[in-house]
Amino acid sequence: MRIRAQIGMVLNLDKCIGCHTCSITCKNVWTTREGVEYAWFNNVETKPGIGYPKNWEDQDKWQGGWRRRPDGSLVPRLGSRLGVVSKIFSNPHMPQIDDYYEPFTFDYEHLQTAPVSSTPPTARPRSLVTRKRMEKIEWGPNWEEILGTEFRKRSKDKNFDNIQKEMYGEFENTFMMYLPRLCEHCLNPACVASCPSGSIYKREEDGIVLIDQEKCRGWRMCVSACPYKKIYYNWKSGKAEKCIFCYPRIESGLPTVCSETCVGRIRYLGVVLYDADRIEAAASREHETDLYQAQLDIFLDPNLPEVQAQARRDGVPEAWLEAARRSPVWKMAMDWKVAFPLHPEYRTLPMVWYIPPLSPIQGRADSGAIGVNGVIPDVQSLRIPVKYLANLLTAGDEKPVAVALERMLAMRAYMRARTVDGATDLTALEQVGLTQAQADEMYRVMGLADYEDRFVVPTSHREYAEDAFELKGACGFSFGNGCGGTSAVGLFGSRQPRAKVEE
Amino acid sequence: MNAFWTNFFFGIYPYIAGAVFLIGSVVRFDYEPYTWKSGSSQFLRRRGMLWASNAFHIGIIFLLTGHTIGLLTPHEAYSALGLTAEAKQRLAMTAGGIAGTVCLFGMVFLVHRRLTDERVRSAGSVMDTVILLMLFGQLLLGLVSIHFSAAHADASAMLALAEWAQRIVTFRGGAAELVGRTEWIFQLHLILGQTIVLLFPFTRLVHIWSVPVSYLGRRYQLVRRAG
Repeated sequence: MRIRAQIGMVLNLDKCIGCHTCSITCKNVWTTREGVEYAWFNNVETKPGIGYPKNWEDQDKWQGGWRRRPDGSLVPRLGSRLGVVSKIFSNPHMPQIDDYYEPFTFDYEHLQTAPVSSTPPTARPRSLVTRKRMEKIEWGPNWEEILGTEFRKRSKDKNFDNIQKEMYGEFENTFMMYLPRLCEHCLNPACVASCPSGSIYKREEDGIVLIDQEKCRGWRMCVSACPYKKIYYNWKSGKAEKCIFCYPRIESGLPTVCSETCVGRIRYLGVVLYDADRIEAAASREHETDLYQAQLDIFLDPNLPEVQAQARRDGVPEAWLEAARRSPVWKMAMDWKVAFPLHPEYRTLPMVWYIPPLSPIQGRADSGAIGVNGVIPDVQSLRIPVKYLANLLTAGDEKPVAVALERMLAMRAYMRARTVDGATDLTALEQVGLTQAQADEMYRVMGLADYEDRFVVPTSHREYAEDAFELKGACGFSFGNGCGGTSAVGLFGSRQPRAKVEE
Repeated sequence: MNAFWTNFFFGIYPYIAGAVFLIGSVVRFDYEPYTWKSGSSQFLRRRGMLWASNAFHIGIIFLLTGHTIGLLTPHEAYSALGLTAEAKQRLAMTAGGIAGTVCLFGMVFLVHRRLTDERVRSAGSVMDTVILLMLFGQLLLGLVSIHFSAAHADASAMLALAEWAQRIVTFRGGAAELVGRTEWIFQLHLILGQTIVLLFPFTRLVHIWSVPVSYLGRRYQLVRRAG
């Protein structure tokens, strides 16, 4: 057992209102530069829909994630090492910018400089790539917002697999939900595995996956290999870029920008301890429906003394162990089992998890035909098909998703009885296997969602990681070429501390 | 070409170009690692790249390898293998001709694309265009030179050029005069070639240094420890 800690995220889709504040604040901070105008480290999609970039979930087309060989070993779906390198001159599975959208602005200046005319002046679109006029904007970062575009196109959504989807095109049966997406900071990242120059790495201390911009050579394999299409090629700098989980903020004990600014308070950040030695075994389970449980199995209970002892031996700081015990991610993923990984079938063991949304009971249920399971409405009569959520979150296994939805309904029933009727009714809780204490805490963390309950982020320990004496006077504020050069031994005698790379 | 220029271009220029190539590459790698990249524009325009980029790259890799082996292997090594100069020239002309044609197919498309496609132009730099046109010119000169080689059934030009290359890399004198006696096309091909080598560190060509050989033997996951 080798214990590592990761800052994980959970998004409570039940509370997402699709306001895009996360996307906008993220973009303002990280991707307003030339070359990444089209890139959204965080975006919010309306589901069902083909998403951004188009059909990102279609791995037959994009070849993202991992493939399990018959002998049980894993290989990037993009190909073996030789297969990856053979695509280096031209990668047939890489999206083109139009699969995202051609970034545009408008000729705002024309509104002020236009001469007098009989009709009001307009600001026409202009491409941010070529700076030339665009006659028509064909697609944008959120073209399908609130079920935009016709059902025929939206229904190409891969999560409709094994669902009779035609009826959901009818107005009476239509459904929708929001899906905010960012880099999953996977335990078994396919982008890292496919990078020919070895520039992408996972940080040992907090699990954040980063691209070394100085080592990236722009071979573009990561763009294909990431099944979530969350690595973006900066067409101007020729380097790949991705969500950095706001690591400068995380290191200071602050939540990421998307989490901090979420007005619906749907985002949670917390430490998860896991066994790094069992990652490969978990990711290569034969049946895709076992992958969710396999990932749960490598998470370690921070309350167990033996786990704590081993974590200390493996260098996890005390503050991180304390944070792990209070982690909202642990509570939602492991204790209450209401959070799930996004598309576990990609075998990347993602670490940004989702609580499935409840949805209104369909109309026919109101007329007395409501399916009731004890005091809880039957989750099968919810407007969003459980199968759809299961295809999104558990590789199609409906049972865990149904249990999560029932637990959320039970918590509501329990709280409703307490606040409206003034009675403590535990029948709903007993039915779904929750204790009163669990339900109380679920209500506090998921319902009230105070800042301190949502974000339990320990500050990082740079003082242990780096020898500060070595750094003294080495870099930072300097004049002239006091800080040049990147090699371990500078070409002209400069010196720079470098990170060590290991398994 | 008079004796001065002959000596300059084929006796001195090779060392200037070679020194700038090596020192420039190391300095850029150390001081400007962020600029060290392949500079791919496939993301902006995918159309045609599958065959064009592959044809160009595979062709040019073959040509570079062929030139390196052909120029730097001492003639005695061929003789020992029973390969006459005439046979070697025929081999070089045939193999080079085929690889050159494959490369040309790709390159015509790439040049056209770089000069006419708005997206590719706006993403690339002036140097991207300059170096591509130089490579294009170099390829055309090389292909035309096959015609001149064919006139030398005795392979005298080939032997002279190989001897020149070997003298240059082994720091022996008398190299320039060997080239001085060959036709203009070979001299032009050499001057342009050396100029490309000279400009190498200042162009996207530096990605050649980064051929990801180590990836083939690398473990899949990389984890970095701070400090």
